[in-house]
Order: sequence, then C-alpha cells, then structure tokens
Amino acid sequence: MSDLLVAPSVPPKRRRPGARRRPLSSKASRRVRTVAPYLLVLPVVVTLAVALGYPLVRQLVMSFQEFGLAQQFGAEPEWVGLENYKTLLTDDATWAVIIRSLVFCAVNAAVTMILGMAVAVLKTKLSTWVRIVVQSVLLLAWAMPVIASMTVWQWLFDTQYGVINWLLVKLGLGQYEQHSWLLEPMSFFFVATVIVVWMSVPFVAFSLYAALTQVSAEQLEAAQLDGAGPWQRFRHITVPTIMPVVYVVSLLQVVWDLRVFAQIYYLQGAGGLRSETDLLGTHIYNLGIGQSSYGMASAVAIFMLVLTLVLTIGYVRKLAKED
Amino acid sequence: MSRKVSNALGLVVALVWVFPVYWMVSSSFLDSAQVRSKNPVFWPFGGDASAYGRVFDDAFLASMRLSVTVTLITVVVALLLAFLTAIAVSRFRFRGRKALILTVLIVQMIPAEGLFISQYKMLEGWHLLNSILGLSLLYVAAVLPFTVWMLRGFVEGIPVDLEHAAMIDGCSRTRAFFVVTFPLLAPGLVACGVYAFLQAWNEFTLATVVMSPSNRTVPLWLRGLTTSSNAAIDWPGVMAGAVLVAVPVMVFFIIVQNKMTSGLVAGAVKG
Repeated sequence: MSDLLVAPSVPPKRRRPGARRRPLSSKASRRVRTVAPYLLVLPVVVTLAVALGYPLVRQLVMSFQEFGLAQQFGAEPEWVGLENYKTLLTDDATWAVIIRSLVFCAVNAAVTMILGMAVAVLKTKLSTWVRIVVQSVLLLAWAMPVIASMTVWQWLFDTQYGVINWLLVKLGLGQYEQHSWLLEPMSFFFVATVIVVWMSVPFVAFSLYAALTQVSAEQLEAAQLDGAGPWQRFRHITVPTIMPVVYVVSLLQVVWDLRVFAQIYYLQGAGGLRSETDLLGTHIYNLGIGQSSYGMASAVAIFMLVLTLVLTIGYVRKLAKED
Repeated sequence: MSRKVSNALGLVVALVWVFPVYWMVSSSFLDSAQVRSKNPVFWPFGGDASAYGRVFDDAFLASMRLSVTVTLITVVVALLLAFLTAIAVSRFRFRGRKALILTVLIVQMIPAEGLFISQYKMLEGWHLLNSILGLSLLYVAAVLPFTVWMLRGFVEGIPVDLEHAAMIDGCSRTRAFFVVTFPLLAPGLVACGVYAFLQAWNEFTLATVVMSPSNRTVPLWLRGLTTSSNAAIDWPGVMAGAVLVAVPVMVFFIIVQNKMTSGLVAGAVKG
C-alpha cells in the first residue's frame, strides 16, 4: 500500500453475518444461493491473485535463483537454493540495512507514539477554542500528500535559504549558517525522523484522543470519591480503557515506519548519500530496479514480508476471530 | 497543570504542525528576490502569483491527465469489485469465506516495497510497464483489501431484517437489496471511493517503480521539480506545484477522515 496515512485498518462495529437466514423456498433458489457468493467474490479473488498472488509466488521463486542482468537478456535463471538468503544473513552491508531499518522503525514509532499520546492528553486539558485550533491544524497536516510534505520540508531544511538554518543562527547557533542537513547519515536520519513524526503524529493523536474521551467520567469520579489519586485513576481506569487503541495504533505505526520508501527515496534524491542511508525499501529498489539483481532483491523483499507478517499476525488473527 | 499553561502548550503544538503547511502556501507567492533574501519573508501577501504560471505548463497538464485517468479507473473498479465481495461476505455464508477474510486482512498489511520488484517483472513481461493499465492494476489491488473490509462493515451495519420486510411485501431478494439496502449504503460507498481516490492520487512508490520519466503521475511530476536540472531549485515554483497537488485532495481528506477514524476506534475499543 502507499504511504498515505489514511488507513486505519479496523472495521466499524459489526454484527454476526448471515446469522439469520431466510428459509429456502425451492431447490432452484438454493442452488442460486450456493453459487451466488462465489460469483460475487470472483472478481476480487482474480484481481488479488493476478496482481499480488502471482508476483508473490514469482518473487519466492526468484529468491531461490540467480536472476540478474544475464537473465534480463534471456539467459535461463539458475537455481542457487538458499544462496541469496545466505548472502542476506552474512553480508555486512545487508545487515547494516536491516539493523538501520529496525532502529529507524523503532525510534520513529516510539517518538510518534509518545508525542501523539502527549498531544492527545494535552487536548483533554485545553479550552474549547484552543482544542478546535489544535484539532484543525493536525487535520490539515495529516491531509498533506506525502510528496507535497517532502518538498516543503526540503525547503525548510534548505542549506542556503531554509528557515530552520536561519532560525538556529538567530538562536545563536552560528555553526548552522549554510549547514547541509542531508550529508551526514545521522543528520539525514534526524531529518527523516522529524518529517515522518510530523506526518504521523496527527493520526495517533486523533485516535488516542478519541479513545480518551471514551473513558467513563463516572468511574473516574467514583474512584476519586473512594480516595484514588490522579496516578491511580490513570493507571487503573484510563489505561485499561485506551489500551486496545494504543495497541492497534502502535502496531500500525510500526508497520508503516518499516516501509518509509517515499520519504527516504526522496531525501536521497535531495542530497543524501545512498549507500549509507538505505533502508529496506530503498535497498530492495536499488538492488532490483537499479542493479537488475532481481534474485537478491527478491530475497530481501521476502525477508521484509516475513518480518511484517510476524509483526502483524497476532492482530490479524484477533480481527478474523472477532468476525 | 493549569489551563493557561495547557493552552499555551497547545498553541505551540498547533504552530509546529501548521507552519510547514503555511510555509508551502506563503512561499508559493514569493518572487525571486524575496526567496533569496537574507531573512525569510514570512508575509508575502501582496506578492506575486507568477510561480503558478511557471509550473502550470504542458508537463503539469500531462501528469494531471495521467493521474486523473489512473485514479478514476482505480476508484470505479475498486468500488465495484469491493461492493460485490462485501455483499457476499456479509450476506452469505459459504465455504472459504473465513479464508477470504483472513487473506484480505493479511494482504492489507503487505508493504508495497515487499512486492514491487516482482510486480515490476510481471508488468515488464506483459509489456505493461509505463502504462495506464499496468499502474491501475497495481492500484486496484492495493486499495481492494481495505475497501472490501470497510465496505463490509457498512453492509453489516444495515439490518438484514429491512430486506426481509421488503421481501414479505413481495420484493425478490435482489430487488429488496437494491431498493432497501443500497441507498443506505451510499455513505459507505462515498467513504470507500474517497479513500481509493486519495490512495491513487498520492501514491508515489509504485509509480516510481513502474512508470518512466516520460509518463509521470502528479507526485512524480512534483518531485521532478526539485530534481530536474542542475540550476538552483525554483522554490516558489515547487511550492506552487505542491499547493496545486495538495489542496484539492486535502479538501476531500478533511471531509471523510472523521468516518475513518471513528471506524478505527469503534473496532478497537470493542476488541
């Protein structure tokens, strides 16, 4: 999926489907009722099978092959068994990419969750008019398309005329005069983190704020009458109520922050050093599209898919069970 | 924490999050001297709109045409297909239903980066690289899982008893569905349609992989403004481009996001 943060992946409330059925009137209508659902789902099944299922199988196959430039020009792909995976697990450069991706993901998800939570709690303590201002502003930032945001941030961090350098110099940090933010890998990732967090916090703050408003005021009041302090009330009433939302939102955040292709690719184009700033997404892209090393790219991509699956399977099973 | 301190903090948060959006709009009205001035110009109003003229060229229009076409195909096809599946999943019990739901949920989590290499190879083999058809196929498949999932929630929110009542009054099952349930489903269809629209319109990753520089969607065109030449970047132009790309979709987004967030929270709190 693309990078727009619009897709909270949880359904609205629902009832058990098909629990009540109309008595069947005749054999013919029974036959219609058995065939109809299959006809209805057929187009979706075919589309997913063609556009996702087939590439998935093919990618799995390619990941066990030497599939590079020679194959691009017609040579038969050569079976190499687990060779690509062995490279993946032993090659220092690939490991560096994996570690970098995991650290980037963990840091970004954590910072986003902490800031999002802070903003959500803050929102419960604001005067109405300030809350409306904050709400509208967050919505505006959330609505920004990824690439539009990227261009603005590139402009804000611009070496010569960027507002950020100007501001830092004004604050007395003279070394930021003409400072180039994307040259150093750490600085590159700092910029990337600022942008990703800026883009992600609105969704988290909105969701957590909505969860906080579900916390029962009566319960809190009753607990207070019984002598519970603010921390106890938070710990025993607020936290249990919002926990499910916190869980879902952090999970989505982790999944999203693992695949920050657009942001990293964009920043690399704006001046980042590719070899030292590649994360999983851009690494796969460079291996495959850049170097035509499809076998190796496939292995890394499969690794990324498995990683995502491991992270999300518990949640997906829980959703499916609720059905 | 007193109300005053909270309010002050709240306004600081608002300032940090609004500034880039404001900066995009305000920089788009700078002229070439202002953009190079020693101190940034924070109030360019009364400035000039010539940046819009500079970026509103043939390349922009061509990318608009491409984006509009691909987006329309994605929205229409995805809505239609998701609608049929949503009905099947929520109004019928059939063998394989559970497996289908599980598949949809898993597929929804798949990152584009995890598949784009083999999708590229697939389209290459079918001579569909750099084509509207190829890109639309990938987009439809990308938005289907979530649209199916969201739409089925909407269908199930409409009591089947309403249809039964209509059938007792003499409607056929199909007719009952279209007369009773379908109109109630309109908001759900709109929400899903806007979701698909936003996804397709803003999509960058897959477009980067399968399209070539001669055939760019709007986000690729926008990025091209910052990378196209060795000359200094025309920042007012880039910001004008960003405004042209962003403002229409931001309006759509703001209209529907409420539905999507409440969907999230309802589902999560229940669990």
